[in-house]
Amino acid sequence: MPQHTFILNGKAVTADVEGDVRLLWVLRDVLGVTGPKYGCGVGVCRACTSHLNGKAFTPCAVPVEDLAPNDEVTTIEGLPDTVGSDLHPMQEAWLDLDVAQCGYCQPGQIMTAVAEVRRAREAGREITEADLDTIRNICRCGTYHRIRQAVLDGARRMT
Amino acid sequence: MARRHPLRDDHPSGSGDGTARSEGEGDATRGTSRRRFLGYVLAAPTLTVAAQLGAEALAPRQAAAAAPALIPSLPGPAELLDLNELLTLAALPTSHLITIRLDEDGTAHFALPRAEVGQGITTSSAMIVAEELDLPLDKVKVTLADARPELLFNQLTGGSNTTYSTYHPLRVAAAVARGRLLRAASLVLGEAVGTLTTKAGAVLSPAGALLGYGELAVKAAAVSDTAVEVTLKDSDRFRLIGTGQRRVDALEAITGRKKFAMDLQVPDALPTMVCRPPTINGTVRSVANLAEVRAMPGITDVVTVSTGVAVRGRTFGQCIDAVRALRVDWGPGTAEGASDATVLAKLRRAELPLVVPPLPLLTKAVDARFTFHFASNAALETNCAIADVREDSAEIWGSLKAPIVAREQIALKLGLPVSAVRVHVTEGGGSFGRKLFHDAADEAAEISRVMGKPVKLMWHRTDDFRQGRTHPMSTSRVRATYTLGEVLTYEQRHTSVATDFGHGIGEVLTAEAARLPVGDLAFSETMFQLTQISPYHLGVTTQLLSETDKGFNTGSMRNIYSPNVRCAQELVMDELARRMGQDGYAMRRRLMKDPRARAVLDKVAEVGEWGRTMPAGTAQGIAVHTEYHSVVAMLVEIDCRPETTGRKIPGAVTGPRVTRVVCAVDVGLAVNPRGLEAQMMGGISDGIAITLTSGLHLRDGHFLEGSWDQYFYTRQWNTPPELEIIVMPSTGDKPGGAGELAVAGAMAAVACAYGRATGTMPTVFPVNHADPLAFTPLPTVPPVPASPTDGRDRAL
Repeated sequence: MPQHTFILNGKAVTADVEGDVRLLWVLRDVLGVTGPKYGCGVGVCRACTSHLNGKAFTPCAVPVEDLAPNDEVTTIEGLPDTVGSDLHPMQEAWLDLDVAQCGYCQPGQIMTAVAEVRRAREAGREITEADLDTIRNICRCGTYHRIRQAVLDGARRMT
Repeated sequence: MARRHPLRDDHPSGSGDGTARSEGEGDATRGTSRRRFLGYVLAAPTLTVAAQLGAEALAPRQAAAAAPALIPSLPGPAELLDLNELLTLAALPTSHLITIRLDEDGTAHFALPRAEVGQGITTSSAMIVAEELDLPLDKVKVTLADARPELLFNQLTGGSNTTYSTYHPLRVAAAVARGRLLRAASLVLGEAVGTLTTKAGAVLSPAGALLGYGELAVKAAAVSDTAVEVTLKDSDRFRLIGTGQRRVDALEAITGRKKFAMDLQVPDALPTMVCRPPTINGTVRSVANLAEVRAMPGITDVVTVSTGVAVRGRTFGQCIDAVRALRVDWGPGTAEGASDATVLAKLRRAELPLVVPPLPLLTKAVDARFTFHFASNAALETNCAIADVREDSAEIWGSLKAPIVAREQIALKLGLPVSAVRVHVTEGGGSFGRKLFHDAADEAAEISRVMGKPVKLMWHRTDDFRQGRTHPMSTSRVRATYTLGEVLTYEQRHTSVATDFGHGIGEVLTAEAARLPVGDLAFSETMFQLTQISPYHLGVTTQLLSETDKGFNTGSMRNIYSPNVRCAQELVMDELARRMGQDGYAMRRRLMKDPRARAVLDKVAEVGEWGRTMPAGTAQGIAVHTEYHSVVAMLVEIDCRPETTGRKIPGAVTGPRVTRVVCAVDVGLAVNPRGLEAQMMGGISDGIAITLTSGLHLRDGHFLEGSWDQYFYTRQWNTPPELEIIVMPSTGDKPGGAGELAVAGAMAAVACAYGRATGTMPTVFPVNHADPLAFTPLPTVPPVPASPTDGRDRAL
């Protein structure tokens, strides 16, 4: 069976699996990394949102064979390590505002939030209400208002 | 062992003392005659206590206080005995114990016989136990109980009933534990129980000795089961109940460590999916390429089952590919050829007639008919379950709100005794009514049996929308008559595609039918009568339900009938106000039956500045809702101006924007106001969705929507930028229901605001249902779309 090597949460991993299997299933079913959730399988609900080389992406839409050995995949499990802490500042904001309800979408929401803040900063600005309006992640519990507050609060904590 | 401590801000032994009352002088000293409750100490190695669920005697409910309306209405059935009381009553003679165990590390453990699906009941239940036991919240560990058939009716999570029905039993059990700990400490310290107090997980003596609960856990244990009388802590001594607390599972949720059913690793339970029919409940005639699909990469099994063709493989991705590769000859389903128009015609024929009594001359009428299209109660976690069925036993894992029914029905299906089937209740990724049913557990059990292997079954999102349960399409015909500024009659005929209540609540009602003040009604009519309250005095009031067409997979969606029924009523209220030249808020206020409802209405009108001047194309809407012993009011502002409705967000359906919501809520006693706010927030998102954007289109026997970018639940671009939720000061000593409360009020207020902003009362929901489709429907064969491959290019 073909082998696919990439960096997952800071460590090189190799998965023995057919190359067209989407990364979400390689993470969940082969490697046992279950933070990224399935919500649609077609890249629209964004429950599986993780980072690929620091950018938000949906692993449900990337065949594992598209990854190179130096590609860095970060899931919610690896987010705190990117800041060398037990929790990422965005997670702390989430905790303080008690954002989660059922919690199913929350890993994806947080990974999106971190990437949105980074993207705004790379453009030389801070995240705005208009940016918040474009976040696509579904929260079927409807805790959107707390998500908005937490993204802004988390952005302030991300220095 | 005993330590000094400096603080004396603690809990005297009298209240909740589980020992002989001669030692419990607390009552007498406060001069009250508080009620006594019966709990149990159970034989166990460490202290283990219990109380009966539903054991609290119910005080008869006062009819709603009359408001100064000229033409009061008689109380409806739901005002005399509502669904909450029914569920609680049903538990009385049959309920068994809810048990709390104290470990030697000082932690209290209990398994809640309910499903946590996001509503926050593990947190609020832990708070209730921590309060009565004087234990820090983080020392209370809550898990979800496996199906316990001996609980009969008392393991059903629905009707926003959990806290209402478990509040006293949890407190009683915790009070028994506290009493035993005090007695054990008294023996250790050689001091009278009456001199001891408890605080933060320790017993304190007047001399300053401190004994941790953990140290007392073995000493306080019993060698035989004993009944114990207790009194409960005075509410004015509460330190935790009524304070906003973070969810007990918050850290797990934000770190990805919270385990949902599909995150569990059950040995050999490989990913499994089902290839489903192109029309609702279609059937398999034959499969042309079974062998070919069995040979696909990663696939281990392909079998035909009652719902389609099941595939099992190493990854879900490979299951999706296999489902797409299957060539199946499909037979007809249960709604062949049906469309929105054919269902609407059936509803029209099934509508019960209005019976307007003789009225004075000059009486005028508001006549309206509202249509509520099919809506999906899909959660973000699709239908899913793990099953391991053996020759003589079965084990199931899933988020189940009626796990006893699941266990019994799966046992029946498998031909096994109920005792041979174990059902574990997992954390749920949302429910909204879906998890009242055990569709996935039932299907997983069938597949596991046929394959002879454990399976981890998950529905594809597209199937979840197209073959999953829906909130049935319905219509509401309303006629209200008025003269001289007063409403004389209000008649509402709600007609709905049949709602399936076959999830266990039916057993409750059947058993309790004789108690109901509704006569000999069909089951769904009974549900309707138990849940529908007109909050206003509208003269002679009748609200009736009729049902038609059982061809659809339906179930209740958060708040069952209320969002539609109450939305119609509040819109008619606005129309009555307009025609009678009255202010919508003032008229509602004047006709309101319940003073608590009037108080929340006043609060949102004040905070939300009702009647403030707003630009053309924008407007306010106001509504109340009373249910579950709770009241809520919503003031909504909406922007329907073209520059807003036409705003562009890539790939989004925008339309009218709710710009502000002010919500005031009174649940009697708010155990966790922070959790209550979360429930209101979620209900508001639901109300916005079903009013403006969320609906299913039925065409040729199937629903067109197949993804979250086709079924438009509220998204960030439709979220109100301004949201204020006001939790009213407690007006009672018992928590009412909250989980579903906000939806009806929010839907009604959004609809009223929309009507006032556009100048036309909306009559079809969601309001954009007749617009050109905002998406290209996915094919029905194969039933699920291919997984995309362009994720790298779309990274942001």
